[in-house]
Amino acid sequence: MSDNPKNVPPMSNARAEIFANIRRSLGVTGTEAPRRDAVDDRIERAPKGLIPGRGQVTGAERVALFKTEAERAQASVATVASADEVPAAVADYLRRHNLPATVRMGADARLAGMPWGETALEIARGVSDGRDLNGVSHAFAGIAESGTLALVSGEDNPTTINFLPDNHIVVVNAKDLAGDYEEMWGRIRFTYGKGQMPRTVNFVTGPSRSGDIEQTLLLGAHGPRRVHIVVVEG
Amino acid sequence: MTLHPTSPKFKENAHQALGDTQLQKALGNVRQGFIDKRVHAAERLPEFEALRDSARDIKNHTLAHLDLYLERYEQAVTAAGGHVHFARTAKEACDIVGAICRRLEAKTVTKGKSMIAEEIGLNAHLEGLGMEPVETDLGEYIIQLRNEPPSHIIAPAVHLTKEQVASDFRRVHKGLDKDRDLTEPVTLLGEARQVLRERFLAADVGITGANFLVAETGTSIIVTNEGNGDLTQTLPKAHIVLASLEKLVPTLEDVSQILRVLARSATGQDMSVYTTFSTGPRRPGDPDGPGEYHVVILDNGRSAMLGTDFQDMLRCIRCGACMNHCPVYHAVGGHAYGWVYPGPMGAVLTPSLIGVDKAGHLPNASTFCGRCESVCPVRIPLPKMMRHWREREFERHLTPATVRSGLSVWGFFARRPTLYRLATGLAMRALALAGGGKGRLRWLPGAGGWTRYRDFPAPQGASFQERWRKERANRKAA
Repeated sequence: MSDNPKNVPPMSNARAEIFANIRRSLGVTGTEAPRRDAVDDRIERAPKGLIPGRGQVTGAERVALFKTEAERAQASVATVASADEVPAAVADYLRRHNLPATVRMGADARLAGMPWGETALEIARGVSDGRDLNGVSHAFAGIAESGTLALVSGEDNPTTINFLPDNHIVVVNAKDLAGDYEEMWGRIRFTYGKGQMPRTVNFVTGPSRSGDIEQTLLLGAHGPRRVHIVVVEG
Repeated sequence: MTLHPTSPKFKENAHQALGDTQLQKALGNVRQGFIDKRVHAAERLPEFEALRDSARDIKNHTLAHLDLYLERYEQAVTAAGGHVHFARTAKEACDIVGAICRRLEAKTVTKGKSMIAEEIGLNAHLEGLGMEPVETDLGEYIIQLRNEPPSHIIAPAVHLTKEQVASDFRRVHKGLDKDRDLTEPVTLLGEARQVLRERFLAADVGITGANFLVAETGTSIIVTNEGNGDLTQTLPKAHIVLASLEKLVPTLEDVSQILRVLARSATGQDMSVYTTFSTGPRRPGDPDGPGEYHVVILDNGRSAMLGTDFQDMLRCIRCGACMNHCPVYHAVGGHAYGWVYPGPMGAVLTPSLIGVDKAGHLPNASTFCGRCESVCPVRIPLPKMMRHWREREFERHLTPATVRSGLSVWGFFARRPTLYRLATGLAMRALALAGGGKGRLRWLPGAGGWTRYRDFPAPQGASFQERWRKERANRKAA
């Protein structure tokens, strides 16, 4: 990362003038203590707004809601009893869709600990270059209220795998299913620290689609044509 | 695309649009598609109406503290290794983007869908620098091939039929087998996916818009269905985010509230397929992601809207529901509005950004049916603001002389109730007589604009005031 990109036009005037204009329009100076306190307080406390009742279920009900909502968004969902069963579930999914037995995945320790050797799957590691048919990722969490997966970037989960392969298989632990988005952000803060974020958080709700031609909804626009979720209950 | 607004010619544009059979066929898709989907999505969420209030309140709070949230946002982006640039005008924004692309010796610049990029005319600027901007949203890609502006803020090519798209692909995609079947949307999508995949992988810089900027974390957010925005921002050396300053929200919790009404209002989905939260550039150890992360924050007239009758417009989250439900948009489509933002939100925003002298026709192109306000997820009083623009237009003597003299005649009578009742009573009887047994008029002097397309209903029975008096007397008696 460069320090200060060269050749960018000076913007200090622009910045100062925009702030001055905003303050003039609002009739404020920017130094008013009550306004500053209101902003500091909101960012510090991050109050939750209205949480819909739909996601407020636990245990098996939450897993069932996640599955229902993900399927409404045209993802498919399989459930396995333990992480050891994931490779067989992935192999089974590829076989049922007549897809080649090859997958690409990152260095995620949870995935690496699974018994892939028990299947005939050929495994490629690292980022996708756009030629992979099948990608496997491990989600940070799922969100039951809308059947949404939350994937985070990092050393072990390349973002390219979420978008380039035709078929995206995502493993998520049942215990990582949140009822709502706000619960998920709580866990992100717990994991990364207050005010800190992974470089990328991808919310994924079903496979890629477009309705841009005559409002006809079609799957597989630029991202995956299929999203298959494996929920690990153990 | 052209930045030069044709909004002053709204009437001619609309006239042309009404006679365009291809366009009228395509607009049928708007009338049918969006409305039912929104209703179903809203019905499935009992808290939907309360969430609209919540979204409105969050935006109002942010706008009232915009200077402070911008400061916090800027600090957080910088702390994450990103760069924030401020642009007062379209030109300044183009210059900033152009300078970054030149420094990186960019040849191919991929673009996710960005209305700000349309507003500042970025493609023309990059082409002028010898670079090739490539739109990657399917709809934007199609209109780029046609050198047209978008006609809808979330469905840019909604004005086109599949036959038009097929003929554009055949014209532009060299090496396309002439026997290749392109008769259905699915084959067109496959063709575009294949062509654009190569462009994603070749790009030097990726440019996206932003649906939201989060002050708490310095995060920019894009909401898409195709995944094109993600490929645009993940693969190249640098990611440039274009955003106008009202995209700020305080926290991740706040944005979660608004996300619950955004997709439901736009496409009737509970959530769009991809909601992506980006914070800074690639980090040590990251196997992929952009090496640089820049955010260009554009003002372009918005700071002057704060504290005025038009501040509420800055709540807009660009869902498109107002145009999806607008009878005027349904009739003439988006291009007639003549600039970047069509429909009711465009009718309010465009005069603020390019001047009421150029865009005064737009707030007049409304039936005041109120559907736009009734579906707006952040409850923007769009009809009220269109009325404000009409008042400004009148005050500034931009209204045509015939309308002004008509209004002053009406004003003369309205200030003299007895004379008013006498005159309207006479006029009603005359019109009723002229309407004869049919109760309608085929032709009326001075109202040719109306009677050219439909009959004018002849008044029947008593006037409203007469009936009201009678009604009140009856009620008192009872």
